[in-house]
Amino acid sequence: MERLLRIDRRYLFALVALAVTIPLLIRFDLPVPATKEVKGIYDKIDSLPEGSHILIAFDYDPASKEELQPMAIALLHHCFRNNIKVVGMTLYPGGPGLADRAITETGKQYGKVNGEDYVFLGFKTGFELVMINMGENIYSAFPKDFHGNSTVGMPALEGIQSLEDFGFVIDLASGSTIEAWIAFGKEKYNFDLGAGCTAVIGPDMYPFLQSKQITGLMSGLKGAAEYEVLIGHEAHAVAGMSPQSVVHLLIVLFVLVGNFLYFMSGRSKI
Amino acid sequence: MNFLKRTIPLIIAFTMGVMMSLQYYVPHEVSQSLLKGVTRWGITIAGFAVFIGAYSLFHLHWTKIKRKHPGWGYSIFVFFGAGITIFLGLHNGGEGFWQNKQEGTMFDWMYFNVQVPAGATMFSILAFFMASAAYRTFRARTNEATILLVAAVIVMLGRVPVGALIWEYLPPIADWIMSVPNMAAKRGILIGVSIGAIATSLKIIFGIERAYLGGGD
Repeated sequence: MERLLRIDRRYLFALVALAVTIPLLIRFDLPVPATKEVKGIYDKIDSLPEGSHILIAFDYDPASKEELQPMAIALLHHCFRNNIKVVGMTLYPGGPGLADRAITETGKQYGKVNGEDYVFLGFKTGFELVMINMGENIYSAFPKDFHGNSTVGMPALEGIQSLEDFGFVIDLASGSTIEAWIAFGKEKYNFDLGAGCTAVIGPDMYPFLQSKQITGLMSGLKGAAEYEVLIGHEAHAVAGMSPQSVVHLLIVLFVLVGNFLYFMSGRSKI
Repeated sequence: MNFLKRTIPLIIAFTMGVMMSLQYYVPHEVSQSLLKGVTRWGITIAGFAVFIGAYSLFHLHWTKIKRKHPGWGYSIFVFFGAGITIFLGLHNGGEGFWQNKQEGTMFDWMYFNVQVPAGATMFSILAFFMASAAYRTFRARTNEATILLVAAVIVMLGRVPVGALIWEYLPPIADWIMSVPNMAAKRGILIGVSIGAIATSLKIIFGIERAYLGGGD
């Protein structure tokens, strides 16, 4: 018992590595039904008329790419397919590369033109201050886009003066930006806000869901997978559900076996 | 000196704090114009924080190298990595930093082939440590720990597709845990944190809390 309790952690690491690798090599599909939180975002975007504007804040950096980039790509597919104009931005200095690539490459698949059908405004430091500035005047916050083009008169921003002119705003967050978007954006400038976040942040967002301060929530890779299923474009997130399921099962097994050995060894009585 | 270092910052904090608190409730044009001006000032000041951050980072690691602290060799990589990145960023594919950002530069290559995989690797290492901790330390020692453990197992299984295959009621139970007990606890914490933030803000505005002024003379 004692030997098993003190097992070299590298054996555990090897089991986790196998739990991730094997389902990637031997593919098996699992059903991914959409939850009402994810459907809230899908329904909102689906209800927007053609030519509406949506603002996507790519508030994450490479460390959270695996969870949030599939979400961003799924959202972009939905927007471009429905002929909705996409405006992107980020409050994270490490975010522009990922955001620009996601918008440009997805836009290309639908024949969308930069500056006309979408625009990526780039990074701006200041968090809440940027949100307030965008709420007052978007051209004051971003006089130029990521590629240095002037935003004034840009067709992709036609009809947009401030945050309240957007049909929908979505924050894809790996930090505390969703709360900031609620307090300094939505509550002040009155627009519909949706959120996508890493699985770790997900539980923190439920109070805002219940109070309807966010229209919907995508949490972690599972949230992204649900969105991919909803739009009928199953890609990275759906593929990631099999290894994630197996690793979750393995961790539950670790918890149960660890506790069983702990109580059987008599350590609990010490 | 005390007047410059203490009194003036306190006056600025008090004036701006009171003014911006009241501004929120005044929809007049002058008030909106003030907000616009102040936020632009704020963004400009925040931009300069990068210099303080860079100075602090380099100073810390230079001291480690100079004093040969344990692991000082890693600090060399900070200068190496930051130096190359800053150089390539300013180089901007040969066009210089004063030009618009160029496409397909070495800076982009570094971002997609070094920073992106390195960031993803760092984050994914967490899964291995969590698995190890689940086996070694997550114990049902007390009633509270047992409740936590049972909830964790249900949520972990209920939030992945395989949960429904094990037992069809697992996902709804996991959803209930998230939407009711979790939400209630999070809301309680949120209200507590918000009241704390308001209290701290008032203490700063009225000069009771002065830690932000720094110590020393």
